[in-house]
Amino acid sequence: MTRIKFGEHTFETEDNETVLKTLLRNNMQAPYGCKAGVCQCCLMRSLDNAPPEKSQVGLKDTQQKQNYFLACLCQPENDMTVALPNTKSAWLEAEVIEKTDLSTNIIFLKLKSKEPLAFFAGQFVNLRRDDGVIRSYSIANSHNAEHALEFHIRILPNGQFSRWVADELTIGRTLSLSHAQGDCHYVEGKTEQSLLLIGTGTGLAPLYGIIRDALSTHNHQGEIHLFHGSHDVTGLYLEEKLTVLTQKYPNFHYTPCLSGKVNDEKYTQGRANDIALQKFPKLNGWRVYLCGQPEMVNNAKKMAYLQGASLSSIYADAFIY
Amino acid sequence: MTETTTNATLFEQLGGEAAVDAAVDIFYRKVLADYRINRFFNGVDMDTQAAKQKAFLTMAFGGPANYSGKDMRDAHARFVKMGLDDSHFDAVMENLVATLAELNVPQNLIDQVDAIAQTTRADVLGK
Repeated sequence: MTRIKFGEHTFETEDNETVLKTLLRNNMQAPYGCKAGVCQCCLMRSLDNAPPEKSQVGLKDTQQKQNYFLACLCQPENDMTVALPNTKSAWLEAEVIEKTDLSTNIIFLKLKSKEPLAFFAGQFVNLRRDDGVIRSYSIANSHNAEHALEFHIRILPNGQFSRWVADELTIGRTLSLSHAQGDCHYVEGKTEQSLLLIGTGTGLAPLYGIIRDALSTHNHQGEIHLFHGSHDVTGLYLEEKLTVLTQKYPNFHYTPCLSGKVNDEKYTQGRANDIALQKFPKLNGWRVYLCGQPEMVNNAKKMAYLQGASLSSIYADAFIY
Repeated sequence: MTETTTNATLFEQLGGEAAVDAAVDIFYRKVLADYRINRFFNGVDMDTQAAKQKAFLTMAFGGPANYSGKDMRDAHARFVKMGLDDSHFDAVMENLVATLAELNVPQNLIDQVDAIAQTTRADVLGK
């Protein structure tokens, strides 16, 4: 017998009972469909103990790492605190500790959470200012002891939030931070696997985080190919840092792509996704990360799949501005 | 009877859930790359669609079915309006059989999967 904590309630499971059955027996509202581990409607997450492996069959490895499980398959072995996947949890307080320009319209913002915060580079958090305006931003750095998070914030001409970040947010000010979400991040193991990362604009932020996580935290041995696309050179805002990274790690390759005019041979002319997917026509066994404009992300996702990448190895994050 | 009888269900003989996962990846790629039918998949969300393909294959593999004939009929009604007919259904079946062959599934099991999948024809085509 184990205990299942769900929101304010705690229930005891009966013999061989699944989490779903326990919740339904106690008249809890829990979504479900096939009750056979197929439809994934009953996806839940354990907030403490890892769920049994059997209950994670068919989930993405990023979801498995974050202790997601299918309630209909989960016969708990330990007590668990469970939650529905989209349950909004409490906000954390964070302080601005660094703010600099990455280019004419992109700001580097570094926040320090006042409480410990678990996250993977490439996931996103919601940032909320005092009047309640909320925006989602991807995390560009790896988990660290000081609970600092880095963001690349593109200033939009009429951006209510981004203009405020640019004009008013100063070092020392605080804002609210959600827990990290999303499954676009590096996963341990398979260090020999080839990685293809394609990003446009500030879609580079999560990719930069994933790359550094792969190289310095996990010592990834496989080839890592990054294609960053922009209309013009001002958008290639990490060119210098990425070039330094290619010198330090021989298995890391960076291709800056310009969809506009190209006056320098170090840039490739064309759309980042077209160039990348032409260069690597066979993606069987690769892991693919796609971040940026929704149209690019959706097209590239389909192409990468048709070129052999398995759906569970494609991680995509479409940025909506 | 020359065939040995076994108590394992078709779903178990095929390899269950893991076999479905392996098949979905190959099957959906074939479908999307098939010029005869891929126009029906333009603009759909790939993850949602892959989940549906998985539910379909699970059913065809003799596993748990989580939808009814009416669901199948309703879901395909707009494609019937776009011209979905037997030739398209046959093309999908061809891709399904080719997928199983690629996974080295024995012919007698392929025939059984084929027979189950064929039972959806009338609902899919709104007949």
